Order: sequence, then structure tokens, then C-alpha cells
Amino acid sequence: MSGFLTIVLIALVFIIIYQIAKASEYAAILRGREKVERQTNRTMAWLLVALFICGLWGIWQCHEYLMDKMLPEAASDHGVKYDLMLKVTVIVTGIVFLITQTLLFWFAFRYQSKEKRTAFFYPHNNKLELLWTTLPAVAMAVMVAVGLKGWFSMTAAAPENSQVVEVVGKQFNWIMRYPGSDNILGKRDFRLINDATNVLGLDWNDKANRDDIIAENGELHIIVNRPVKLIIGSRDVIHDVGLPHFRMKMDAVPGIVTTMWFTPTITTEEMKKKTGDKDFVYEISCDQVCGKGHYAMRGTVIVETEAEHKLWLASQKSYYASVNAAPAAPATTPGTQQADSVKAISMK
Amino acid sequence: MSQQIIIEGSNVAHVHEGHGEHHEHHQQHFITKYIFSQDHKIIGKQFLITGIIWAIIGALFSVFFRLQLGFPDHNFPIMEKFLGEWAKGGRLSPEFYYALVTMHGTILIFFVLTAGLTGTFANFLIPLQIGARDMASPFMNMLSYWFFFTASIIMFSSLFVQTGPAAGGWTAYPPLSALKEASLGSGVGMDLWLIAMALFVVSSLLGGLNYISTILNMRTKGMSMTRMPLTIWALFFTAIIGVLSFPVLLSGFVLLIFDRNFGTSFYLSEIFIGGKALPHIGGSPILYQHLFWFLGHPEVYIVMLPGMGIASEILSNNSRKPIFGYFAMVISLVGITVLSFLVWAHHMFVSGMSPFLGSIFVLMTLLIAVPSSVKVFNWLTTLWRGNIRFSVPMMFAIGFVSMFISGGLTGIYLGNSAIDMHLHDTYFVIAHFHLVMGVSSFFGMFAGIYHWFPKMFGRFMNNTLGYIHFFITFIGAYVIFWPMHYEGIAGMPRRYYDYTAWHSFSQFQHLNMIISIAAIVTFFGQLLFVVNFFVSIFRGRKVNEPNPWGATTLEWTTPIRPGHGNWPGEIPEVHRWPYDYKDDGNGNDFVPQTVPLKPGEEVH
Repeated sequence: MSGFLTIVLIALVFIIIYQIAKASEYAAILRGREKVERQTNRTMAWLLVALFICGLWGIWQCHEYLMDKMLPEAASDHGVKYDLMLKVTVIVTGIVFLITQTLLFWFAFRYQSKEKRTAFFYPHNNKLELLWTTLPAVAMAVMVAVGLKGWFSMTAAAPENSQVVEVVGKQFNWIMRYPGSDNILGKRDFRLINDATNVLGLDWNDKANRDDIIAENGELHIIVNRPVKLIIGSRDVIHDVGLPHFRMKMDAVPGIVTTMWFTPTITTEEMKKKTGDKDFVYEISCDQVCGKGHYAMRGTVIVETEAEHKLWLASQKSYYASVNAAPAAPATTPGTQQADSVKAISMK
Repeated sequence: MSQQIIIEGSNVAHVHEGHGEHHEHHQQHFITKYIFSQDHKIIGKQFLITGIIWAIIGALFSVFFRLQLGFPDHNFPIMEKFLGEWAKGGRLSPEFYYALVTMHGTILIFFVLTAGLTGTFANFLIPLQIGARDMASPFMNMLSYWFFFTASIIMFSSLFVQTGPAAGGWTAYPPLSALKEASLGSGVGMDLWLIAMALFVVSSLLGGLNYISTILNMRTKGMSMTRMPLTIWALFFTAIIGVLSFPVLLSGFVLLIFDRNFGTSFYLSEIFIGGKALPHIGGSPILYQHLFWFLGHPEVYIVMLPGMGIASEILSNNSRKPIFGYFAMVISLVGITVLSFLVWAHHMFVSGMSPFLGSIFVLMTLLIAVPSSVKVFNWLTTLWRGNIRFSVPMMFAIGFVSMFISGGLTGIYLGNSAIDMHLHDTYFVIAHFHLVMGVSSFFGMFAGIYHWFPKMFGRFMNNTLGYIHFFITFIGAYVIFWPMHYEGIAGMPRRYYDYTAWHSFSQFQHLNMIISIAAIVTFFGQLLFVVNFFVSIFRGRKVNEPNPWGATTLEWTTPIRPGHGNWPGEIPEVHRWPYDYKDDGNGNDFVPQTVPLKPGEEVH
């Protein structure tokens, strides 16, 4: 019923607007087209100015309302540089935005049609055109130089002392693998994957795999102030490891290994204090559409001190041990059994 | 003496030189005149009306998924009426949410802003503005529409298959789009999507080749390339981009069809899905991305350039002033065309592509900002010291420039790989491309429709409705897309069905609601345009002078309702450039292209 009423209401509004529009056409004929057109022109010029002022006010409002909803400060050393670069870009483009939009609306208003005005025949001016070809070109060159410097520094090889963690995406959660005490991630083969006993297809013939730890709950434990290198892969379709708090992301592509590295600088506990939010958590979002559960493909990052990390590691069993110890009850973590575990994950 | 032109075919008027009177049309059957017509004007209108229908469908889809995003906890029984099983109890299912998002993108980018925009204006304007009786091949032109029509039917039918339409995003990245196990939408819906898109490519190639050969070969006497209006230049480069890039997309689709149905492994490697390991090894999903974006990025300019051309024409006409820097405008179009082929991989900065390759694409991408900003400055200077008439098309042309600036500037963020690293696939991208490619192209299209409607149907559209439409659309577009920049900088990913479970993104729930409301209002605002359009065809104020806008270009030298062949007598000869908005000595502020130069008058 309410749906029906809404439709009737909308139809009514339409009819009213249409009738007004039609009446205004007739009125224009009665009052003389030329006179009406002059008047409309003046009204439109003023309305454009109003639009511009409302627009500026709207931008200001947006800023007031949204700034405290933004991300907290960057939690990686690369992220700090990123924020600076973003800020500079916002300022530069913001100035260009203001100047060009102001000119657009100012010219429209200032040079509105008037009875006595004649347009100035001004087909071209090579000097001007040269000026505004070179200016943006120079500005872009600077942007490219600064941008590429950042780009090469973040895509350079990870430092030697990096912690290494493998992150594998599947529909619809993240699986983390830690190399264990030998610090080597063993070989894996997608043909060995078994959802119950070998989620990543570790090759047990490779001794390096025996001490590897697998966390199927999507928790990435990393150490503060120590570079971490993520080895990224996917079991099925393309996913993307999105780390908004660290200002990084990288696709997880089946058949290809991708990597990214960064140095976290603020632990989860510190961030809870800084934001005054007890529930604060670093999140991993999947940023490449991967199917119906894409929106719930959530992981978390726990940044901890070296000591805390050692404690956590000590409490973990190697995957080899946990699978072989309890072959009868292989489900170690809820939410990894079926591909349909969307609800279970999203509720965490 | 102008040349004698006889248009072949049984159903067109034969126009002979020398006969003083205008031959009336041969009696034509309704079907040959309005349905299987070879008249470029009718074909243009067919593209336009099909495009409008698709636009309504595509926009309605966005209303459905905006309802979900804005009100994730509410049920909307009315949705069940439209979507049936997919919105049981009035709540959209995630599968269909992704299908709606995918179809929204596909429909608006390809069916509305490529076919609907270029198809309409290239068909309608090219022969009229260059002084030709019709396209180089009217038959091929007709085929181009009917391939598009067939593609439309197939795409539309895919909405009704049991597993739903394609749901892997408009980019259809494999393996998601290649494996039936990966998603419901990757079933029959995906096959239909690929077939429809293949037919669409055929349509756009037939059209594009026709536009190019018409522009190169069929200009009237005196219409040198440098006397062509900027609309024609823009449509010319649009066609060139389309002809060079669509075949690459088709090849990408063919390989995907093979992977889906014939067991090949072009895009697939090392996949474990649906409880078993697949036999595919050695393929690369990245290959598809390269093939797709080799069209995908030029496609942005296919969508953009016609709007630029139309806006240039309308800004100049309504400022009563020549377009500033005609040659700079043409050269910047050349620049955009060439560079558009060298920037595709900026969509793939985080795909695992080599960082060095990425750096080349950063350079090329930021270079394309140069011709774009030249255009903006030239438009601004065109307004400067003009005598501006705020007709409805002019309002949209001004809106076009505003949207193009807002959306274009954020391209500098995304084209810079170091900044894209965080913004990639977030709402920032949504805001960027909707403003620069979606909304501003629509503004160009609306401007064009309001401007050439009198030529198309011999009647005007209602002005008051036009102004209301403009203000709703302009304000609506900014309210919808401006705040999305903030969401994007906060890392909020695109293509999410629900954000409430996320600690980092759920704070935007209230904002999402505001955006959704704005989107719905704007949608109904567009219906005002639709009503205005269809009612005005039959009931609009009649045009009673051949050149109501005081324009210089050739289309306004035809009769008010031109028949097939466009000019009843000889095709007019052209003597000057298309932007001679100056005192003609008789109290007019423009000199049409057909007026010979006065003794001593300087050629521009």
C-alpha cells in the first residue's frame, strides 16, 4: 500500500511540475518571448552565482562533517610519507580547482547577455595558449618526479631483516602462513590443497613446511618497527590485500606471487589509546571484487611488540602438528570449512 | 556548380541537380521510413531513443543498489515487485547486488554513453555539419544500429536467466568471470554478456568506419578539414579510437569465451575452487587485464570526446563568440587520442605488474592532463567577454566544464601510482570517474539533445522543465559524488554490499544514506527529462525559423524538417570557418559558413 501511495505521490509531483512548465511556456508567449528571455537570462545568471556559493558552502560542510570520520594517522613509515604527498596534491589541485571554477562561474555571470553588450571577437592568442600548455606540463613533470620517487621507494626490494608472512586469499577469507623457526616458507602446490587437512597445499616432502604456522582466522600478527614483507597469493580468483591504515594494497592473483612490504610504526594497543577507541582494530579489506562474499572478506592486523609477538608465536602449533595430531577433527577454526562462511566472518 | 548527387536505394529521395523544385519523398512504408531506415537522421534518433531506454534501466539499477547501501537494515517490498526472487522480502541478495552493479556499469558505459551518445550525434551531425546527403554507407550504418539492437536484446534477456546476469563487475576479470563455480553470475549470464558485447563491438566498428570515411570523403565544397566544427573533429577522433581499440577487446573476450567453454587456459592457472583443483596451468589473469584496459581506457575518451565537441560548439554559440584557440582545441584532441592508447596500465598499478612498467604509465597518464587542461582554459576564455545567453543547452555546457574540472583533477591522484596505491578500488575512484566520465559526458549529451532537438523533431523542448532538470542534476551529482572522495581517502572499498561489519568504514553509514537519497532524487529528476523529451516530440513548441540559435554551422541551412538527403536543392558551399561570431554588417552577430568572404575580409 505504501509503495502504491509513493508512486501516486511521485506521479502527482510530476504532473504538477509539468503543468507549471507548460503554463510558463504560455505565459512567455503572452508576455512577449524576447522580454521573458531577457528576464530568464538574468535569473539564470544569478542562480549560477547562487549555485557557486552553495557549492563552496557545501564543500565546507563536507569538510566539517567528514574530517573526523577519516582514518587515524598513518601506521607505517611509508604511510606518513604518503599522507604528506596526498596533502600536497590536495593543496595543488585544490588551488587549481578554486581558480578554474571561480573563473567559470564569474565569467558566466559577468558576461551575461545584455542589450548593449557585444561579444569580443577573440579567436586565439598563441602566447596565452603556449603559457597554459607549458604551465600544466611543468606542474605535471614535478608531480611525476615526486610520485615516482615514492613509487620506487615503496616497490624496492624489502630489507634483509624483514619479517616474512604469506597471505593467501580465497573465497571469502584470508589465510596467513608464518615460516616458523627455520624462517623459510616451504613449497606448496595447489593440487595438494584439501580444505580439511591442507588448506594451502603444503608439500610435506619439503622439510621446511613442517614448522610453518597457518592462521586460518585471518589474523596477521606483525612486529612494530620491523619491516614486514608479505608474500601474496590466491587460491581461486583475484583478491586484493587492502591495508588502509598502512596506505598499501596489492592484488592477490592465482598463479602469480605478488609482494609488498612496509614498516608498521604504531602497535594496535597504542592506536587504541591514540584514537580513544577500545575496539580499534587494523583491518584487511579485499579490494578486488571476488564474488558474493567480497564485502565480508575481512582480515585483521595485529601490530605488537617483539616480545608480544614471541609469546604469540610460542602459543601457536605448527600446521603439520595440528593436522596430524587430530586427523579425526580437522576443523581447527570455524568459518573456513565452506566457501559460504560469509556470515561467520562478518560477525566477528 | 556543385556535384550531382543521387542516393542509391529504392526508399530514398533522389535529388537531382538542376531541378528547381524539391522532390517530395517517394511514398515510404512506415517500416522502411522509421524502422529499417537508412536515413542517418532516423538512425541517430533510433540510437538516441534506445540509449534513453537503457539509461533509465541502468539508472534504476543504481537506485536499487543505492537503497541497499543507504539502508542496509531496511526492507523495501517494492524491490521484490521489480526483482522477484532476487529481493525476497524486499531485501536485495548479495548475488544480485553484484549483478546490478555489473549491469549498471556495462549499460551506462557501453550502451548509453558509447552507443547512445556517439551513435546519436555522429549519425545525426556528421552529414548535416559537413554538408553531405548521408553517410558513406547508409546500409552499413543501418546494420550498425541493428547489431546494437541485437546486442541490447541479448543483454536484456540475460537479466532473466535463472542464475542471474553477469556479476563480476563491468571489467569482468577472470578467473571470477571464467569459472561457473566462482559466482552465480559467471554462469549463462556471463556467456550472454560476452555475446552481447561481441555484437556491440561489431556495431561500433561498423559505425566507426562509416564515420571516418564519411568525414574524410564526403565534405561539401569548401569544407576543408580546418573548417569543420569541433563536434565533427571530436566525433572523428572518437571513431578512430574506437576502431583501433575495440578489436583488442574483442580478442580478449574471445579468449575468455574459450577459457569458459572449451577448456583452454589463457587466463587461468593454479586454481582450487569448488573443492577441487582445476587442470589449468600457465595462463595469466593479468593478460586479460591488459587486453581489457587497452580498450577500457581509450573507452573513457570515446565517452568523453563527443561531450567535449558538443560543449565547445554550444559554449561558442551561446557566448556569441568564436571558440578560443580552434587549432589548440584540435591539437589537444590529437594529443588525447594518441596518449589514450599509452595509459591503459594505470588501472593495474596494484595488479602485480612490474613497477618499472608502472612508472612509464604514470608519466603518460599525467601527460594527458596537459591537453585536457588546455581545453579547460580555452573554454574559460571562450566565455570571457562574451555575450552569454543562458539557454538550457548552455547551462548544461557550463555544467559540463564544471564537472570536467572536478573529475579531471582527481585523475592526477589516481594516475600517480604512489598515490593510487592507497586509493585504488576505493570510493575515490568511483567519485573520480563518475564525475569526469559519467556525469560530464551526460551533461555533454543533454546539452546536445536540448540544442539539436529542434533540428531533430522540428520542435523545442520545454525550457522550464529543462532548467529544473539542470539544477536537479547539477546539485544532485555533486551531492552524490563529492563526499565519496572522503570515503575513498578513508580507504572505503568499492563494490561492497554492506559496510556495517567493518570497524574502519561503518562510520560512513549516515553519509551513505544521504548519498542514496540524493541519488534517488536525481533519478526522478532525469525522468523529468524523459517526459519532456517524449512529450515535446509531439507537443513541443514548433520551430518557425530555420536557425533558431543563430548558429553558423551547416545543419541550420537545411529546411526545418529536412527529408532524406538533407538539402532539397544543392548542397551549400562553405566559405569560412565555423566560428565566425562577429558583426555581419546587417545587425546580426554571426556569419554562417555559407556566406562568402567579403572583399578585404581576413580569413581567420
